[in-house]
Amino acid sequence: MQPFVKVNGVVAPLDRVNVDTDQIIPKQFLKAVVRTGLSKGLFFDWRKDPDFVINRPRYREAKILVARANFGCGSSREHAPWALADFGFRAVIAPSFADIFRNNSLKNGFLPVILKEEEVEAIFRAIESHEEPYELTIDLTKQTVSDGAGWSARFEIGEFQKKCLLEGLDDVGLTLMHDKEIAAYEAAHPAPYRF
Amino acid sequence: MAAETLFEKIWNEHVVYQQPDGPALLYIDLHLVHEVTSPQAFEALRDAGRKVRSPDRTFSTLDHDVPTINQLGPIADPDARLQVEAMRKNCRDFGLRLFDLGSHEQGIVHVIGPQLGITQPGLTIVCGDSHTATHGALGALAFGIGTSEVEHVLGTQCLWQNKPTSFEVRIEGRLGPGVASKDLILGIIGRIGISGGTGTVIEYRGSAIEALSIEERLTLCNMSIEGGARAGMVAADQKTVDYLRGRRYAPAGKDFDRAAERWLSRYRTDEGARFDRRVAFDGASFAPQVTWGTNPGMVTDVTGRVPDPASFTDAAQRESAERALKYMALKPGTPIVEIPIDRVFIGSCTNSRLTDLKLAAETIRGRKVAKSVSAMVVPGSWQVKDEAEKLGIDKLFKDAGFEWREAGCSMCLAMNGDMLQPGERCASTSNRNFEGRQGAGGRTHLVSPAMAAAAAVAGHFVDIRDWARN
Repeated sequence: MQPFVKVNGVVAPLDRVNVDTDQIIPKQFLKAVVRTGLSKGLFFDWRKDPDFVINRPRYREAKILVARANFGCGSSREHAPWALADFGFRAVIAPSFADIFRNNSLKNGFLPVILKEEEVEAIFRAIESHEEPYELTIDLTKQTVSDGAGWSARFEIGEFQKKCLLEGLDDVGLTLMHDKEIAAYEAAHPAPYRF
Repeated sequence: MAAETLFEKIWNEHVVYQQPDGPALLYIDLHLVHEVTSPQAFEALRDAGRKVRSPDRTFSTLDHDVPTINQLGPIADPDARLQVEAMRKNCRDFGLRLFDLGSHEQGIVHVIGPQLGITQPGLTIVCGDSHTATHGALGALAFGIGTSEVEHVLGTQCLWQNKPTSFEVRIEGRLGPGVASKDLILGIIGRIGISGGTGTVIEYRGSAIEALSIEERLTLCNMSIEGGARAGMVAADQKTVDYLRGRRYAPAGKDFDRAAERWLSRYRTDEGARFDRRVAFDGASFAPQVTWGTNPGMVTDVTGRVPDPASFTDAAQRESAERALKYMALKPGTPIVEIPIDRVFIGSCTNSRLTDLKLAAETIRGRKVAKSVSAMVVPGSWQVKDEAEKLGIDKLFKDAGFEWREAGCSMCLAMNGDMLQPGERCASTSNRNFEGRQGAGGRTHLVSPAMAAAAAVAGHFVDIRDWARN
């Protein structure tokens, strides 16, 4: 997995609540058998509007998306973080995330950052009031989001998840270090099926 | 021993290793696999030279993008064909059991699990699909995962998970006549909100829940994710045992009796166990539900009206309601029963079981689908289809003018070519009414099977409680 340590970049505003994964990437792109190239499906239907945020030239190079509460609700499709990452995003900032989207993101070195409602609101306002594209730095080590002009906010993340992200650790490899415990469990619990 | 909730019992039994101040490594008893969220996981296993750790705890099916007409013929869509062929190859290469097209055991993954007796009380169950919560209806801990986690379970039969919190949703009393478990779950989501259950595992409890059949409980637990919850569950009881007895993969004979004894004595919440959060509603307070917007929480009683966005005090909710009404082409104040429909879809992992089809069929017995409506029924599995045909249910539907299709996910997510055209309005028994879910520009209203069937005949929504008198 690609490590996540510190990311600096333009923030693109998506001022909507409950952005579901069907909007992030609709079904016709789930027929892929690879993880790459999915940015063409990112916000496919919303993107038909030429003014939609990721169509605007100032956000072409955006690395961070900011949105409202319950981002990523709905389907478990991991194609959602894959598509966001394929477009060039490294993180999404929102007041809350749906559980499965959040888990899927963390497995891909793509950071879901939870900030307070008022902090997210401050980011939206800052984007509006800046003539130039507004940039933020997300520093995972320090667990901060800051704009280099004095504004900063702190976010929470589990120590284990943080370590995996910072080091880009492969989950499966890590788990296999517990092979003995898994084997012991299996020996005591045979599969409960009649074949 | 301290009193434990059903969720805590299953969780604690499956912790293989606890990371200090971190996630637990949880053993997974059952991994259900389908063609859409697994190809990248198998590819990653291959690249790393890894095997599937427990083929005897892994079951695969084809459901998401399979045709529902002439299923055994060649699949016209080359991308869908590629995924189906990849699933077959992956199952061959890794030695996994596949319920392939043409098999009597094939169907929607969340329909066949319980039906084949693979889903059992006390198990941890995962699948690369958010509606995995369905299986909790049998007293299991079941939740949806993404493709990286599918890979992880294939490779290790375990998952790293932070422990969710527990959430009791208690429904006492009785549901009113004509009120289905679909109405109950839509009503619950309307009350707790679509992120009301985020980070939690819901246990549905109370006399109204105990009174539900297993198939009704499956519908209820299925949509836990629409309330944001990881999982939804109902304690095992005698109905659970009776349901599982004799099923294909469930234990048999003395093994079954031993298992049943354990299920009944173990897989329920202890007296005095503490939930992190609780809500309680009166079963009689739920009416038949119809969604009016673009998420399942945008729902109201069939006797209600399309709300005025101005009535929402929260700015984000107001804006979101405005967007939804624009997308749905609905005017505030319109009575729900005056909304005309073009299409009806009866199917999906929420409502495609025999009970659902029976209820819908009874609703339309001796009547005809309105001229302006095109309606289809997609049984959840070949077994459901066969059982329905034995009862003559297919004939009731066909005589009324419904299409009677073959098993699959079909127009719930519209991956297989069964889809709405832009602007079409559909009464659907599925679980999501997101923009474009059933086809770009399509407008979905979620309802129960009987409500969908009645709408097909009337050409608009009707209160099913008035239907018998019509």
